[in-house]
Amino acid sequence: MESTAGVAELDRQIVGARRGGLWRDTLRDLLRQRNARVGLFLLVILVGSALFADVIAAYDPNKVLFDEGAKRLDPPCIHLLGCPADQPEHYFGIDKNGRDEFSRVLHGARVSLQIGLFTVGFSIIIGSLLGLVAGFTSGAFDHVIMRVMDVFLVFPALLLAIAIVTALGPGLFSAQIAIGIVAIPIYARIMRSSVLSVRESDFVTASRALGEGGRGLLFRRILPNSLTPVVVAGSLGIAAAVLEVAALSFLGLGAQPPTAEWGSMIGQDRDVMFTAPHLIFFPGIALALTVFAFNLLGDGLRDALDPRLNR
Amino acid sequence: MSTYIFRRLLITIPVLFGIILAVFIVTRILPGSACFALMGERATQAACAAFDAAHGLDRPIPEQFVTYVTSALQGDLGTSFRTSRPVGALLVERIPMTLELGIYALLLATVGGITLGIVAAARRNSSADVLVMAGANVGVSIPIFVLGLLLVFVFANLLKDTPFALPPSGRLSPGVSVVPLAVRWGMEDQTGPIRTIVDFVSNMYTLNGLLSAQWDIFSDAARHLILPAVALATIPLAIIARITRSSLLDVLGLDYVRTARAKGVAEGSVLRRHALRNAMLPIVTVIGLQIGALLSGAVLTETIFLLPGVGSATVDAIQSHDFAVIQGFVLVIAVGFLLINLLVDVSYAYIDPRLRPS
Repeated sequence: MESTAGVAELDRQIVGARRGGLWRDTLRDLLRQRNARVGLFLLVILVGSALFADVIAAYDPNKVLFDEGAKRLDPPCIHLLGCPADQPEHYFGIDKNGRDEFSRVLHGARVSLQIGLFTVGFSIIIGSLLGLVAGFTSGAFDHVIMRVMDVFLVFPALLLAIAIVTALGPGLFSAQIAIGIVAIPIYARIMRSSVLSVRESDFVTASRALGEGGRGLLFRRILPNSLTPVVVAGSLGIAAAVLEVAALSFLGLGAQPPTAEWGSMIGQDRDVMFTAPHLIFFPGIALALTVFAFNLLGDGLRDALDPRLNR
Repeated sequence: MSTYIFRRLLITIPVLFGIILAVFIVTRILPGSACFALMGERATQAACAAFDAAHGLDRPIPEQFVTYVTSALQGDLGTSFRTSRPVGALLVERIPMTLELGIYALLLATVGGITLGIVAAARRNSSADVLVMAGANVGVSIPIFVLGLLLVFVFANLLKDTPFALPPSGRLSPGVSVVPLAVRWGMEDQTGPIRTIVDFVSNMYTLNGLLSAQWDIFSDAARHLILPAVALATIPLAIIARITRSSLLDVLGLDYVRTARAKGVAEGSVLRRHALRNAMLPIVTVIGLQIGALLSGAVLTETIFLLPGVGSATVDAIQSHDFAVIQGFVLVIAVGFLLINLLVDVSYAYIDPRLRPS
């Protein structure tokens, strides 16, 4: 009993020292890469837009502005670029329903950020737990979980997600759950293989020899040391999740009008694309930039955290 | 080698069974009955009871499953609830379109991706490398539906009256129609597997045009495929370019490459004959994975370009609870996936003799 307490204390000191070090190292490695710096910069803009959307945007994203002189499908009007000063300023123009597109795109940042974090959080938590238990227990349980994951992986992601959304009923929440479920096998597999290697490490054997029980081994020794690959996959997974939920919304299965979500905005306005291309262009660019930022950051994080690449 | 392939095929049987079971369960837990989805307001209790009885939906689910598997093994995939047509015929109609689109997209992605990857790796850190990698980073980030709509806007609207104009949707221009190969070859009265294959090929319009030497149909069908294929190929192309570059750079750092250079082998030959062959394994793996992604992409591409393929058919079927059609399409997709995985594994042995099963 006493020895376990002593080990725990020592452990706290070592882990504490290393934890600050690891994250500081990672951040330094990250900032050393040009791509990651670009990604981080774009992400700061994105988070800023999401946080301050109400302050930056002149209009409510769902307010119909016909009474204030806006006309349906008005192109962008920016005073600095020569738009007559007597017209109200709309940076990204007016949409089909007379709403300010700029406000909608800004508020879309909030929705997309939330989608990315929620969806990946959902699949990481469930996937990691499955992978953790599968890798730790081995045997029949491991077999059953991993074969089920294999069956999941055979389906094209979007088709499986569409089936799940149909089962849950269309909506932003169902779309996020669907995309989250589809990604579970990825994290389960990564976590399992990570656990399999960590499980055989000397420090785990040492803890076991000191009498640490199954739960302690699992959550205090193995889990923290197996997390890195999952974190890397997750940071890249955010980009994919944002993209896939937007695709579902584009098909009419995700966010429902009037929610200012980029995919659904594009899907709603694609029939007027030839007369009002700005309604496709601006949300499209916003979506692509967001995915771009998370991809760059995810790549950077992978390079920074992958010990094989540390030279 | 053939025993290896045979063993691999045997292993896929339980996986296939698992997939059929999973699809069966998923379709049965979709909320709302098929009857309601199809009949809408006409779905009275009596009408639904008759509907369920007619399609065997009133039987216990395990029994439905056994019935389905037995008839599927005999080549009967059931009939669509909605159109009352056999699922097999629907597959022959829809798959060729998606296959045709997929093949062109995959060709574009593979050839373009590997070429760009080689260029980037051969001139590491040059402006060409930076440009290719920046392009690849942008390429993987553009959603298919955004890229597809932008392409349509540029080529069907901005360039409308120029020689670069391309059609925004559909498979053929109005007024152009395809004569089925079976008609052309006088096989109208035939039935059986050969006729099915001829019909299948016939529905791949570019191939149909080529085989029957109708160049106007070939070029019209090909022109309609350019924009969808580019939209579908962009993300895989970017991914293949990235993996080609990194895999090639790994190999170029190895001793035997230095030896080859020291021997005086020309740089082009070092790249192609020495390095690329050993760099192919990860590239082939990624190409195999991209084929799966192509199918997800096909759902979006077919929606944007109004193409009647597998993706749009499956989405329709899911939304209208057309069980037999969902099961049929997913089964075919799954078989395709498993075969592609097998093909990738077999190609490992072809590429790298060390991996040949002894």
